Amino acid sequence: MKFSYFPGCTLKAEAGRSGETAISAAGALGVEVTELDQWQCCGAVYPLARDEIATKLSAVRALIDAKRAGLPLLTLCSACHHVIKRVNRDMAEDSDVRDRVNSYVAPEVPYGGETKVVHFLEMLRDHVGFDSVAKRVTAPLAGQRVAAYYGCMLLRPSSAMGFDDPENPSIMEGLIAAIGAEPVLYPQRNECCGGYLAIENKGAAKRRASEVVRSAAEHGADCIATTCPLCLYNLTENGAAGTMPVYDLTALLANALGLHVEPSSGCAAVCSVCSERNSAHAC
Amino acid sequence: MRVDNDDILRSSGTDVRKCMKCGKCSGACPSFDEMDFPPHIFVSMVERGDAAALLSSKSLWTCMSCFACVERCPRGVEPANVIEAVRASAMSPQGANRMRPEDVPVFLGAAGECLVPQQLLASAFRKYSR
Ligand code: SF4
Ligand code: SF4
Repeated sequence: MKFSYFPGCTLKAEAGRSGETAISAAGALGVEVTELDQWQCCGAVYPLARDEIATKLSAVRALIDAKRAGLPLLTLCSACHHVIKRVNRDMAEDSDVRDRVNSYVAPEVPYGGETKVVHFLEMLRDHVGFDSVAKRVTAPLAGQRVAAYYGCMLLRPSSAMGFDDPENPSIMEGLIAAIGAEPVLYPQRNECCGGYLAIENKGAAKRRASEVVRSAAEHGADCIATTCPLCLYNLTENGAAGTMPVYDLTALLANALGLHVEPSSGCAAVCSVCSERNSAHAC
Repeated sequence: MRVDNDDILRSSGTDVRKCMKCGKCSGACPSFDEMDFPPHIFVSMVERGDAAALLSSKSLWTCMSCFACVERCPRGVEPANVIEAVRASAMSPQGANRMRPEDVPVFLGAAGECLVPQQLLASAFRKYSR
């Protein structure tokens, strides 16, 4: 199993280690992941306005490079996945966008959305299989009650993302069960954490993130796990503030596979618990 | 500031006349309490040609683009896209940016490293600065 990989700005920079952890976990599962030689930030926000072309170009360039390599394009960050998946759909289905982008980028063969965009979780579910993951687990997280946090960008709009049932998703719970932990269902698992407002309106981001953490705690969770770097940051810094551990789910996976990584608790900034400035430490 | 209601309708790519005013979008909206015009009112105002009144609304900057309203609207109205279109109009005049280069250093550490997930800065620039 081979994939091209688009890490994106956040996983490459501060949360770098969580991207590397995920890729080493993929390696342990027999998946060969090669980072694209060149890529640019996807822009982090899908341009909703129909007339915007320039803001779609970096996603298109990555998609074309994956097509040249003849491989599906693997993503991990929810924002990158959202942007690249939706731009790819525009290239496949919106002839106006396709024509304007192709005339600007001028690839040797016009690009029409041929690359398959696969999120890390979809890769585990559809290509590796959760049964195979479970068979490779050497250090199961037995007894841990883990609340999966989906956030928004992987699930919605479901007509464009096609990721999972948008109201009753199960992919993360499937992985949590595969690594030997007990998944906890709770009402806020697919409601927005407000991470997007964390710079401009920290108060609103805090109210939202705290509500998510409160909901998980109320339903008996020992910890929260997510794959989105922005949710990881916001839930840790603005939601849990030391009351509940928030983990990168791929780090829990790596640990269960015996890779011994420190589970990143999303402390990309100064950690509110121990003041360490480190993206991969337990506190 | 002037705003062309037809421009909003075109760039949002969604048809506000399909709205049946059921309020499901606002019921689903996790930012409802932070808004002056929650999504069902927002959509109604654009439908009535009142987009200009929304240019200074708090809702433009408290909508989190979470797409809950889009997912749950029974009529496929896509309120988030309507809000985005008005937000883009509100930013189009010179100097209307929500974030300026001078605002960035507080998010950087001593070695120039980013203290928040980098995508927050990327999205702030992409969304708030034209
Ligand atoms: S959910 Fe849809 S139809 Fe109902 S009020 Fe909102 S936009 Fe209108
Ligand atoms: S996209 Fe905006 S308006 Fe729609 S539910 Fe989310 S926060 Fe509310």
